[in-house]
Amino acid sequence: MTAPAAPRSWTGIVRDRAVRSFPPEQLLPDKQPIYVASWIYVFGVLTLAAFLVVLASGGVLAIEGPQWWHTSTAGHFFNSLHLWSVELFMAFMVIHLWGKFWMAAWRGRRAMTWITGSLCFVGSIGTAFTGYLVQTNFDSQWISTQAKDGLNSVGVGAVFNVTNFGQMLMWHIVLLPLVVGLVIVVHILQVRRRGVVPPIDVDPVDLIPEQGQ
Amino acid sequence: MTATAVPVTAQQTAEQKWAGRYREYDLVKEFVIALLVVAVLTVGLAAIFSSPDEKQIDISRWSSAAPNDFVATAATELDGTSGTATYGAPYTHDRSAAQKIGPFAPQNWLGVTHPIDSATDFVIRSEERRVGDAALATALVQWRSATPAQQLGWASAYDAALQKAPDNDPAKVAAGSYGPVPVMLSALLRVAQSGGLDGQLLSQGHFFATDYTKPLLFIADGAYLEDQARAQHLGGDQWGMMNETGNYPGQAWLWLYTFWYQVKPFSTSGNADALVWGLMMLLTLGFILVPFIPGIRSIPRWIPVHRLIWRDYYRHRAAAR
Repeated sequence: MTAPAAPRSWTGIVRDRAVRSFPPEQLLPDKQPIYVASWIYVFGVLTLAAFLVVLASGGVLAIEGPQWWHTSTAGHFFNSLHLWSVELFMAFMVIHLWGKFWMAAWRGRRAMTWITGSLCFVGSIGTAFTGYLVQTNFDSQWISTQAKDGLNSVGVGAVFNVTNFGQMLMWHIVLLPLVVGLVIVVHILQVRRRGVVPPIDVDPVDLIPEQGQ
Repeated sequence: MTATAVPVTAQQTAEQKWAGRYREYDLVKEFVIALLVVAVLTVGLAAIFSSPDEKQIDISRWSSAAPNDFVATAATELDGTSGTATYGAPYTHDRSAAQKIGPFAPQNWLGVTHPIDSATDFVIRSEERRVGDAALATALVQWRSATPAQQLGWASAYDAALQKAPDNDPAKVAAGSYGPVPVMLSALLRVAQSGGLDGQLLSQGHFFATDYTKPLLFIADGAYLEDQARAQHLGGDQWGMMNETGNYPGQAWLWLYTFWYQVKPFSTSGNADALVWGLMMLLTLGFILVPFIPGIRSIPRWIPVHRLIWRDYYRHRAAAR
């Protein structure tokens, strides 16, 4: 029997590449190296979970619009859910980030995993910041009039106008969540592709098939 | 290197496929439990602590609560000495007003993208739409028939007199040659207190409007907004950017950005914003590129926090030897 011919269509090429890069048992493994045994590993998935709660609570707020929460008890509660899920999201992410720093988790061709993770952190700061700008209350007024000076001083304010409520709302509920969401997906795929970084000073015996176990 | 060769460098070690023992690890179960835990935590925190909602300050509230501050601010808009009038890009064309990082002034690079003429946009245009005020109509005729130098002379004289008046009270301003300015600003105060100025500054001739740049800049030019913010510990020198109204956590993750504003040379520099932003952009780039920065990338090896993270593995390996 001859080997199947390499696909020539774009679809076939993408499918083969995806399956080669992410075989199912690597994409969703049900076992991990023995060293993956610390509470610090939980903070990555906690961050992802908090991100979904942030999206869900923000989605509910979007249904009725940005002023709803000022006049409705239910709206105010969903605003509170949004605020606290963001606080949890950022707290979990910072702990996750410090954990990965002390693991030097960029070792072994995992630099892109670190880079996408750090971009996610920076993007999340921007997303949260624009959220503060669109609360349509005193906070928004004060934060926008203060923040404009920093952004204007480096030229960013010329195109990213923090006192333009409409522009900031679009950035907060469309552009930035989309970018952060995509970066998170790439980050997780990088983790699955490269695997969890082994301990610093790992015993070489654990890396030799005949002698490990 | 063959599959069975012993890896030599730390990099090779980290690249090598794990050949040691594995443990069961149910990712999906972990995710579902994490989602439930976070959802419960969020609902609990929201139910117990709620969230702050400090009412906005509109121009009507400002002009009613602090009429002297309102009139004094309007006077500076008219004579071109307010914060907005002297700001530079992206609002006005004064290139010398831009903050600098060394010889560079990135504030000027994209020019004036949100042009504001503070006298026209904040004072004159709103008054021109006012009908049924004969005194104001006469004052505007006098204003329009004067030369720009005469207009500036009246406005500057009135601004200076207002600053010398007790409590900046327009009723206590010394007599002087102010032309139509006192009538114009008095009329503006009445319009503002009636709530008419908020909509006019926002709409700027459009029915639909979402750009609050002009009303926000006008309010921020006064002292009232900042007074309210400082009372809530939100001032720039009060670590305000990471604080929140009331006793709520704010953007704590901005601590490093806020920190620089509290220390010299940033805290005393006229270019503080540009310098802090420049520094933070540099630090952010460094943070993203940590894996490639010699020294920084070695810190985890020098300070062995990893011995704590992987203590079970190290203990197991030590016992096996």
